[in-house]
Amino acid sequence: MHAMGSIWEYANPRKFMGWTGHALPWLWAIGLGLCALGLVWGFFFTGDDFRMGSTVKIIYIHVPAALMAINGYFLMFAAALIWLIRRQPVSALVGRAAAPVGLVMTLIGLVTGAIWGQPMWGTWWAWDPRLTSFLILALFYLGYIALWEAISDQDLAGDLTAMLAIVGSVFAVLSRYAARFWNQGLHQGTSVPVVTGGRTIDDYFFWPLAITMVGFFFLFVALVLVRARTEVRARRLSVLQARQAI
Amino acid sequence: MDLGQYAFEVLAAYGASFALLGAVVATTLIRARRVRRALEEAEARKNG
Amino acid sequence: MKALLIRDLRLALRSGGGFGLGLAFYLMVVVLTPFAIGPGRAGLTSVAPGILWLAALLAALLTLERLFALDAEDGSLEQLAMAMPLEAAVFAKALAHWLTSGAVLAALGPPLGVLLALPLEGALPLFWALLLGSPALSFIGAFGAALTVAVRRGGLLLSLLVLPLYVPTLIFGAEVARRGAQGLDYQAPLALLAALSLGCVAAMPFAAAAALRAGLR
Repeated sequence: MHAMGSIWEYANPRKFMGWTGHALPWLWAIGLGLCALGLVWGFFFTGDDFRMGSTVKIIYIHVPAALMAINGYFLMFAAALIWLIRRQPVSALVGRAAAPVGLVMTLIGLVTGAIWGQPMWGTWWAWDPRLTSFLILALFYLGYIALWEAISDQDLAGDLTAMLAIVGSVFAVLSRYAARFWNQGLHQGTSVPVVTGGRTIDDYFFWPLAITMVGFFFLFVALVLVRARTEVRARRLSVLQARQAI
Repeated sequence: MDLGQYAFEVLAAYGASFALLGAVVATTLIRARRVRRALEEAEARKNG
Repeated sequence: MKALLIRDLRLALRSGGGFGLGLAFYLMVVVLTPFAIGPGRAGLTSVAPGILWLAALLAALLTLERLFALDAEDGSLEQLAMAMPLEAAVFAKALAHWLTSGAVLAALGPPLGVLLALPLEGALPLFWALLLGSPALSFIGAFGAALTVAVRRGGLLLSLLVLPLYVPTLIFGAEVARRGAQGLDYQAPLALLAALSLGCVAAMPFAAAAALRAGLR
C-alpha cells in the first residue's frame, strides 16, 4: 500500500528528541513541585466553604484535571491539522501520545466531579451538562485510542485518527451546546462551579488553585512529551526490526 | 485534620485521582524505559 | 452515481440485506420495551419518544458496518474511486442507507408508537424528527464506516467512534419528539436538528472520502 515506504525510514526527529530531552527534567520538577505545593496548601491550609463544607477541597484536583482534559483535546486537534497539512512526522505521534493522558485527566475530572456533586445532589452521578460533556469527551478519547490500536499500518492510522480528531472537534463543540440545551432546566444554581476556575470561586481558594492548575499543566506536558519520545523510539525500533528480519 | 461530614467524599476523590495519575505516570515511564532499552539493543545489533 | 444508488438500494432490500435487519431490530426494541419498563401507560408514554428515537439510531448503526466493507473486500471500492469522485460515491451510498433505514423508520415510528402509548399529538413531531434527523445518522455513520473499513469486525469500533458524534442529533431529535408528545412547541429543536442534518449531508462525504482515499493509497 505504501509504495514510498514508511515516512519513518527517513524522518529523524533529532531536534525534537534533543530539546525535549533537555526540557523534561525541568518540566517534571516544576510540575510535581507546583502540584505538591498547591495541593498541600489547599488541602491542609484552607478552610471549608460555608455551603460545600470540606468538599470544596476537591476543587484543587477537579478543576486542573478538567482543564487538562480539554487541553489535551486542543492539542490533538492541532496535531491532527499539522499532520494532515504539513506532514510533520512528530505531530502524528504527539496526537497519539496525548490521548491516554487526556483520557486519564477526563476520568479524574469525571470521578472528582461526580463525588463532589454527591453531597449536593444526593446521587453518585447526575446528568449535569458539564459532567455529561466530559463523559462524551471520555468516550471520544477511548474511540480515538481504539482506532490507533486497530489499524496496523501506522501511517494510515495517523491519517485516520487525525481526521477523527478534526471531525470529533466539531461535534464536541456541538455537544456542549446540545448538552446545555438538553439539561437547562435542572440543577440550576447547584451545578458544579465554573470549570474555568475563574474568580467566581472565592478568592480565598484562588491561589492554591492557580498553583495546582499550573502544576497540572506542566505535568501534562511532561507526560505527553515522554510518550511522544517513546513513540519516536518505537517507530525507529520497528524500522530496525523490519530491516533486521530480512 | 478535620474534614467534617464529607471526609469520605474528599478522601475518595483525592485517592481515586492519585491512583489514576499514578497509573498513567507509571505506565508512561515503564513503557518508555522498555522501548528505549529495546531500541538500544537493536541499534547495537545493527552497529555491532 | 444514480446507478450506484440503485445498486446499493437493491443490495439492502435483498433478504439478509440492511433493510430487513434494521426493520426487525426496530420492531424488536419497540415490542420488548414494555416488558422491560412495565406495562403502565404513564411510564410508557414518558419513554416512548426517546425509545423510538434510540431504536432508530441503533438500527441505523447495525447496517452501517457493511456500507463500505463489502466493496472494499472485493476490490470494487478502487474501481468506484476511478469511476467517480469518491465524495459522490459516499453520498450515493449514504443516501441509499438512509432510504432503507432512517426514512423507513420515520414512517414506522408513529404507528409503532401506539404500542408505547405515544400520545396522538406526538405522532407528527416524531415523524418529522426522525425524517429530518436520520440523514445525520446515515451520513455521520458513513464517516465512521470509512474510518473502520479496513478493520476486521469493525462494527464494534464503528459504534464506539460514532457514539459521541451521534449525541447532538439524538438530543435534538428526541427533544422534538418529547415536546411534540407533550403538546409543546418544538420549532426550535427541529430547526437545529434540520440544520445539523443538512451540515452532515454536506460535509461528511468529504471527510469520509478522505478517509477512504487514505486507505486506498
